[in-house]
Amino acid sequence: MSEEEKQEGARPEGARAEGAQPEGVRAEGAQPEGVRAEGARPKAEEKKQTEGSPAEAEAPVRRKETDEEKAARRKAAFEAREAAKAAAAMAAAQAAKEAANAAASAPAAAHSAAPGAASADGQAPPGAPGAASPGAAAGAAPGSSRPGVAADAAPPPPPPSPNRPRLDRAVQLLRELVAEDAVEEAEINEPNDHLPTIVVKNERWSEAARLFRSHPELNTNYLRNVSGVDHETHMEVVYHLLSLDSGHGYALKVRTDRDTPQVASATPVWQTANWNEREIYDLLGIDFPGHPDLRRIMMPDDWVGHPLRKDYAPLDSEV
Amino acid sequence: MIRTEELLLNVGPQHPSTHGVFRIIVKLDGEIITEATPVMGYLHRGTEKLAENLNFTQIIPYTDRMDYVSAMTNNYVLVHAVEKMMGLEVPERAEFLRLIVMELQRVASHMVWWGTYLLDIGALSPFLYAFSDRERILQLFNELCGARLTYNYMRVGGVKWDAPEGWIDRVKQFVRDMKTKLLEYDDLASGNEILLSRIKGVGTYDAQTAIDYGLSGANLRSTGVKWDLRKNEPYSLYSRFEFDVPVGKNGDCYDRYLVRMEEMRQSLRILEQALEQFPEGGETMGKVPRVIRPPVGEIYVRIESPRGEIGCYIVSKGKAEPFRLKFRRPSFVNLQILPKLLVGESMTNLVTILGGIDIVLGEVDC
Repeated sequence: MSEEEKQEGARPEGARAEGAQPEGVRAEGAQPEGVRAEGARPKAEEKKQTEGSPAEAEAPVRRKETDEEKAARRKAAFEAREAAKAAAAMAAAQAAKEAANAAASAPAAAHSAAPGAASADGQAPPGAPGAASPGAAAGAAPGSSRPGVAADAAPPPPPPSPNRPRLDRAVQLLRELVAEDAVEEAEINEPNDHLPTIVVKNERWSEAARLFRSHPELNTNYLRNVSGVDHETHMEVVYHLLSLDSGHGYALKVRTDRDTPQVASATPVWQTANWNEREIYDLLGIDFPGHPDLRRIMMPDDWVGHPLRKDYAPLDSEV
Repeated sequence: MIRTEELLLNVGPQHPSTHGVFRIIVKLDGEIITEATPVMGYLHRGTEKLAENLNFTQIIPYTDRMDYVSAMTNNYVLVHAVEKMMGLEVPERAEFLRLIVMELQRVASHMVWWGTYLLDIGALSPFLYAFSDRERILQLFNELCGARLTYNYMRVGGVKWDAPEGWIDRVKQFVRDMKTKLLEYDDLASGNEILLSRIKGVGTYDAQTAIDYGLSGANLRSTGVKWDLRKNEPYSLYSRFEFDVPVGKNGDCYDRYLVRMEEMRQSLRILEQALEQFPEGGETMGKVPRVIRPPVGEIYVRIESPRGEIGCYIVSKGKAEPFRLKFRRPSFVNLQILPKLLVGESMTNLVTILGGIDIVLGEVDC
């Protein structure tokens, strides 16, 4: 099946989601007319279909024929559902084929998806790749980072990014004032307005955060956003920082392994981090030592598992 | 002897003044709040998780449902992020249409806020005025894209529908009318003594606190910090238009009120210029690959929504679906300061302060 056909197949679901939309409508609340009008439209259309001559059949007929109408509506809904199901089945078959291919090449990945839901933080199967990768990352980092940065800065012929000096300065400050090994990687994210992006060593993160907050040259007083990403081999927390005075932005990343993901909390440095970290803890299961109140924020307190993890499978598939 | 004890009071989730399904547990000493614990998640739909299995065009309707009072700006932040990642050009006519609907949306959103805020405080009639004006904007949107609330209007590379015949003129007419209406509303409410006594000096914080808590939008500007992404980190066509960024001084609910009222006037100013310069003809969709696959990499894009900085962080692995999609929702971030503001306030001011922050629960929970 071509990519286009797949999209076609998926469309009924999208349409259904749009039609259902209970939150929007309910929350809107103050707009009964609009809601009612929208709700009435399909009914009127069906009436036209079922009755043949809509001109004669006006209000009184409508009342009598509500049962028929209902049946017609139900039938239409049923057909739509069937169509969606068929489309989903096709998509599923495609997915299964792909999964089989993937499984052939990477058995560990396919394996980890199965028992995922049961354990919140300590999982046996994904542990294998998880344990292997951070070691690899850590091993590669000290070797690659410094010469890597130097190599990037000096030879490449394309015009250097306007933000390159800022990145180099930040890296230099981190090395001098936090620790020699504080920087794992540093690069310019060109499509993102040349955003200086630095991967900070996990153990040095809280000092690095304090440096970024308080150093007069960096002075990133505003934490825009905190995102957690499950990279399957490791977890990553991304802090997008901004200095409201100079308008300079930075992205700082902290990596952690998947078995016992831990990143020192940035809440003591930026209050903004508080709920953001709670959300990441809730959805990805990353622990933030030093956080004043690390509880679930979106999911119910007794929820099992962390939904945004790539290997998440719901405990109760009905939910 | 009179027996006194602390009272634990539950507000919400089904409470009209919480603007959705927001719950807050307050500890009361008499009428004074000693502790406030917000509880969220009643509207959590897992948009970010759902998005990981959808292609980018399919995600757009989900963004409508985050901040459903300002769906146009949500649309924009997603498509803008993808366009930036792929380096796509958007035709000028499409970009103009986007800007016009975003500014109309800002007025509509602030109108909802103004009406419901005054309603929270006890004034019923402004609500009716506000919604009748917002209705005109919704009708304009309806003509444009056939929806009143969740528009699904923008696409990666342009917009779905071109403006129908005469639409621009109708928007012009609306802008003219709205300007006089705003003057009327100022006369009606802004100087009202009862309103002043309810919101002046309530929920005050300084610029440092606002920055510390990452507040954005009117919540930040009410403290005097002149930070508007339309000016400071211009996107779309905002650098072409003249407008001012209103700021407050005291950081209280009244200043937030004034900032939002002025923002509406500035939006109308932008609209006037944009409608004047609106290109006669042209495409509304740019050249976009059939399957949208952003290159491997990541991007964080932010724009100024009526509630503050809305951001979109995309991690792409070169597939048609995002590997990770994270939204920075201004309501979620702005709401964090609430427990701090409430301590020491009287119970009456809970609604005043919460309303002053201007949250939309669909966005808080996402």
